[in-house]
Amino acid sequence: MMLSRSRNVLQTKKFSSLLKRLESTLVIAEHNNEKLTPITLNALTAAKQIGGDISVLVAGTKCAAVAGEVCKAAGVGKVLVADDQAFKGFTPETLTPLILATQKQFNFTHILAGATAFGKALLPRVAAKLDVSPVSDIIAIKSADTFVRTIYAGNAVLTLKSKDAVKVVSIRGTNFEAAPATGGSGKSEAVAAADYKTDKIEFVSQELSKSDRPDLSSAKAVVSGGRGMKSGDNFKMLYDLADKLNAAVGASRAAVDAGFVPNDLQVGQTGKIVAPDLYIAVGISGAIQHLAGMKDSKTIVAINKDPEAPIFQVADFGLVADLFKAVPELTQKL
Amino acid sequence: MARVLVGVKRVIDYAVKIRVKPDKSGVVTEGVKHSMNPFDEIAVEEAVRMKEKKLAAEVIAVSCGPTQAQETLRTALAMGVDKAIHVEVTGKDLDTLQPIHVSKILAKLAQDEKADLVIVGKQAIDDDCNQTAQMTAALLDWPQGTFASKIEKGDGILTIVREIDGGLETVKVKTPAVLSADLRLNEPRYATLPNIMKAKKKPLKKLTPKDLGVEIKAHQEVVSVEDPPVRQAGSIVPDVDTLAAKLKEGGFA
Repeated sequence: MMLSRSRNVLQTKKFSSLLKRLESTLVIAEHNNEKLTPITLNALTAAKQIGGDISVLVAGTKCAAVAGEVCKAAGVGKVLVADDQAFKGFTPETLTPLILATQKQFNFTHILAGATAFGKALLPRVAAKLDVSPVSDIIAIKSADTFVRTIYAGNAVLTLKSKDAVKVVSIRGTNFEAAPATGGSGKSEAVAAADYKTDKIEFVSQELSKSDRPDLSSAKAVVSGGRGMKSGDNFKMLYDLADKLNAAVGASRAAVDAGFVPNDLQVGQTGKIVAPDLYIAVGISGAIQHLAGMKDSKTIVAINKDPEAPIFQVADFGLVADLFKAVPELTQKL
Repeated sequence: MARVLVGVKRVIDYAVKIRVKPDKSGVVTEGVKHSMNPFDEIAVEEAVRMKEKKLAAEVIAVSCGPTQAQETLRTALAMGVDKAIHVEVTGKDLDTLQPIHVSKILAKLAQDEKADLVIVGKQAIDDDCNQTAQMTAALLDWPQGTFASKIEKGDGILTIVREIDGGLETVKVKTPAVLSADLRLNEPRYATLPNIMKAKKKPLKKLTPKDLGVEIKAHQEVVSVEDPPVRQAGSIVPDVDTLAAKLKEGGFA
């Protein structure tokens, strides 16, 4: 009796692992030819939750080092490497035919990437070519076909079931732990050569903001300034505070639009989504669109002179004070 | 000179605090203020500026949705668009409608209208998908200039500054092309009363997805729409000292 029951359990286990084995995910690695972008490791964790084999596509120009890095990441099976001058600038116009060719060869059930500017520009183009509806910026995976994402600037949570044969999904990095960068034993193989050149688009240049501070999307602490900062020069105060906390610096749309700081610091519905352990909002009122980008932070601190500011409704600790006095004082006391 | 197709969407106004329906099937839209999606206003503005600079010959606005989408199209017309096309989607199809369908509609119209340029907003603030431009470009096999914060038009080539994660990026795309507007592309104008009056006389054509050979097939099924978790109320600290102490307590400093 006991015996047959345990055999049954064993069979069910076998069956479910068989089912899982039917899933196979392709993760599109994001990198700059020298280093892997951290969100790729978060995407690997999402891929693991889906189950089945995980392959990673590394496409770029002289990207062997990145491919080597990916092979070491935990959980990676195959690493497909496409090294070609055509992928300069990682344009979706050249990467899409590459992904389609890879898909044709291996028949993945899922194609995943991080919901970054790179992933957002690329995946819908791939999905349209496959005639499937992509799923953007998921925050959780319920099963291989059921995903959770936010809509209306994070004010509603949508759970959806995809009926498409191939699920093309971008993941929100802050909602999936990073997979360990070591311990894996992926095997790298070159993707069959083909002509991916196009004259439809030409990558010209990038102007990247340089900073010694931690990256905004993955920092453990973020100090953000809004319209209340009054000028770009005043952001110096926030940099000083950020240095004390080893924090990244962010901004509201108002601060970016006013030209205080560059656009890549914008936190919100249309900027970056962050979820650090500590988020300090300085001179930010807390509009719906800004909250969308930071309300999953573990601890939120607000410094604002307006006691009615909506930011205080989400803040764990609020200080009603003039930021020009409070911020330097806080920096000094930490 | 280019012919420009602009996609506009009617969405719940950005300032409205939305409410989730008790049956978890969606959000309450009845009796709620709607407006043109803010990113689409920027797309319209850019197209109209191209026309004013004599870089575009004609600007056509398209909206897919219920009858009320015509109000959004009238707004576009009042901003300076020449003519509008309303692709009417109602009932069950409206619930099913997703970027993939809208992209198919836009791609077909781009061909029918012989457009050289399709401009849409980078994302709609209701579904937050950020897909339509990319998918339209894919279907047409045109290059895409997504998240554009600057567009310069040359001879058959557009130089586009894109907003990317680490800063900005410049690409050159050959027309025909599909672009998506980011927030900093421009500052949309307000429609003046005389222009609103004039817009009422501008042509507005009505079509259905069927007329364009597009089937509104369901790719996804809504399992539930729920409220996000509510944060526990915090406290107001009396002074900087207390705040500094709390941060130290939390192990942040």
